[in-house]
Amino acid sequence: MTALLTIDGLTKAYPGVVANDDVSFEIQPGEVHALLGENGAGKSTLVKMIYGLVKPDSGRMTFKGAAYTPPEPRAARAAGVAMVFQHFSLFEALSVAENVALGMEDPPKPRDLAARIREVSETYGLPLDPDRLVGDLSAGERQRVEIIRCLLQDPKLLIMDEPTSVLTPQEVEILFHTLRKLSEEGTAILYISHKLEEIRALCDEATILRLGKVVATCTPREVTAAHMAELMVGKSLAAPARDEAEPGEILLKVAGLSLEPATPFGTPLRHIGFEVRAGEVLGIGGVAGNGQDELLAALSGEALTAHGAIQFKGEPIGDVPPNARRVLGILCAPEERLGHAAAPDMSLTENAVLTARLRRGLDRSGFLDWSGAKSYAETVIERFDVRTPGPDVAARALSGGNLQKYVIGREILQDPDVLVVNQPTWGVDASAAAAIRQAILDLAQGGAAVVCISQDLDELLEVSDRFCALNEGRLSAPRPARGLSMEEIGLMLGGAHDMHEADMEAAHDPA
Amino acid sequence: MVIDPVTLIVALIGASTPILLAAIGELVVERSGVLNLGVEGMMIIGAVSGFIIAVNSGSPWLGFVGGAFGGAVLSLIFAILTQYLLSNQVATGLALTLFGLGLAALMGEAYAGISPPMTPDLFPEAMRDIPALGPILFGHDLIVYVSLALVAAVWFMLAHTRAGLILRAVGESHEAAHALGYKVVRIRVLAILFGGACAGLGGAYLSLVRVPSWTEGMTAGAGWIALALVVFASWKPWRALLGAYLFGGIAALQLRLQAADINIPVVLLDMSPYLVTIIVLVLISSDKTRAALNAPAALGKVFHASG
Repeated sequence: MTALLTIDGLTKAYPGVVANDDVSFEIQPGEVHALLGENGAGKSTLVKMIYGLVKPDSGRMTFKGAAYTPPEPRAARAAGVAMVFQHFSLFEALSVAENVALGMEDPPKPRDLAARIREVSETYGLPLDPDRLVGDLSAGERQRVEIIRCLLQDPKLLIMDEPTSVLTPQEVEILFHTLRKLSEEGTAILYISHKLEEIRALCDEATILRLGKVVATCTPREVTAAHMAELMVGKSLAAPARDEAEPGEILLKVAGLSLEPATPFGTPLRHIGFEVRAGEVLGIGGVAGNGQDELLAALSGEALTAHGAIQFKGEPIGDVPPNARRVLGILCAPEERLGHAAAPDMSLTENAVLTARLRRGLDRSGFLDWSGAKSYAETVIERFDVRTPGPDVAARALSGGNLQKYVIGREILQDPDVLVVNQPTWGVDASAAAAIRQAILDLAQGGAAVVCISQDLDELLEVSDRFCALNEGRLSAPRPARGLSMEEIGLMLGGAHDMHEADMEAAHDPA
Repeated sequence: MVIDPVTLIVALIGASTPILLAAIGELVVERSGVLNLGVEGMMIIGAVSGFIIAVNSGSPWLGFVGGAFGGAVLSLIFAILTQYLLSNQVATGLALTLFGLGLAALMGEAYAGISPPMTPDLFPEAMRDIPALGPILFGHDLIVYVSLALVAAVWFMLAHTRAGLILRAVGESHEAAHALGYKVVRIRVLAILFGGACAGLGGAYLSLVRVPSWTEGMTAGAGWIALALVVFASWKPWRALLGAYLFGGIAALQLRLQAADINIPVVLLDMSPYLVTIIVLVLISSDKTRAALNAPAALGKVFHASG
């Protein structure tokens, strides 16, 4: 059998970094091929070259036996290569059908297109209404739009970039079912992920990238996840650990919290209630866009709520603004690092002042204490192993993992009573993620209450004492995290949206 | 003295045409995600270059073409600065207005006080003489009908063609459009040139038909009204037509009220288009969901292709 796609010695360098260095591998027709690597290993650059978005500096590609050098995505699509993006390829204010039409070379008339979307979506078990606005769809449904957009072009090679990061476990099962069906029909799939168990369940072959180079190839079914992790990271990682302790008094109590969203496609919060005790980590799971940002805004004080909806040590603080909450001891680290947790063009010292001014006494009668701020920033950099030339560097210049360590460290070193973090390790490499999780556990160990909002279920099971799920702005009743299975969690997250209605009823009942 | 509704309507259509032309062009520009605040500058450059060419060639039609060309050339400066050199769109647009006003004054120095060639009416006398309907439907020159056709064409393109869908997509999210392989910068440059040509044509209509003569600063804020109009219309072509006739109607009414000796201060009527725009803005933004849905999501954002 001849290979569908042969990649031979591809190299691409950007100023200061070689993104891909002499990368070679082959994909057979109908094969599910995993491309595995950490953030920054060069996976995205490689697939962008295959999809024609980036031109390689050197190296050759052969597709279906002929030389293949797509100058632009249009040429790649014409050759039979389709790609499902991780993000950035849907238009929220346009309908499903319009989004699909934009991704096609020669779309049929709108009415025929709607009929074909319905037809393909039913064939592959991915229900979708062509007339709905994409902005109103859940993350899983949005991905269906992208997949159907690709399938309508009858691709020979389907590239999927981190497809499961936004899906519930049940939705992942449905996706895998679709992908296996495609693979049986002869479509090859290039599957990019860093989730090892998924790769073991789905993929036939794996190519592992580290720092732009192919470091290994393996057959995922025949090796352990731990082995692949070591190949990917280049060293073995210790799982975060801590001692058992009895939780203390209730520090943060939320009851009947409802909030209208600030943006048109935001999610309203409905009757959220939970409590967190000293020394405890409460994990809040959920697929992105189910109210995580709104919940963080309500807890941080960016969005004010009813007086009694949030209580800190028994005092109602629902309508207390952010700085007053910081003085009380409630600190937050929001998801968006650049622009929300940190001001991108300001130095690390300036960013330290922005949240630590009050608790660290970095000002005196309106004048800033710059030397104090600088030494605080240096402390954060040192204690949290932030890799940067110094505190005068702009936040924008740090890598995602380093900036996240800085942002979390800046809050933790202010000695909070309650810390709320949203997606603490999103887009962070494995070793930095482990360090951040350990810091969260250490903080709880020291007697603080921590609320950890995350999409990464493995992470939540690792750090949480109790787990609850946020689904369409409603929060499930918390359950002890230990011993919770992925399937139970999936049902708490609302199962697969729009599917298996019967299975979902239990999860939907507000607690 | 009584105000005659027929002549008022005829007058308001004429008075509205310059701002309608400029607004429909700017609407396309903004739908592609670019905010060009230089409409006033492009209009006055269109007014002066159209006037110069019409006077020298003796043909009003060459003048209109020249006006559109002049506006497009000025907008090309904006396109290069914002799309290739990634300058800030607000600052560049404001600079374009100031530059256009100054350059137009320089170009037009020798042309003050001259009369341009007449622009003929399109339809024969007999049709224009039909009572009431005649003057309203047939009593205008070609450019008025061109402006109406342009509104219809822009509406059809945005709502029903693939080119319109791509334009809207670029204005909605340039990253997504780029990832799908659309040439964001090229599409935006074309939209900016179209906007410039429309503004220039509107300016030429001012200097060749409305006034008709060249005086320095003769656009007198028409470009700003056109900008307000795009927002007032919530980026929808037919609403832009409605808004233009509403704003033009206020201007036409104002002259007649003065002539009829009705004592309404002129300044009140002068500021009314802006007042109406502010009120409309408040009304549409009171419903957050709808306002944000209408505005192109990438409006005014700098696009830089990465990776």
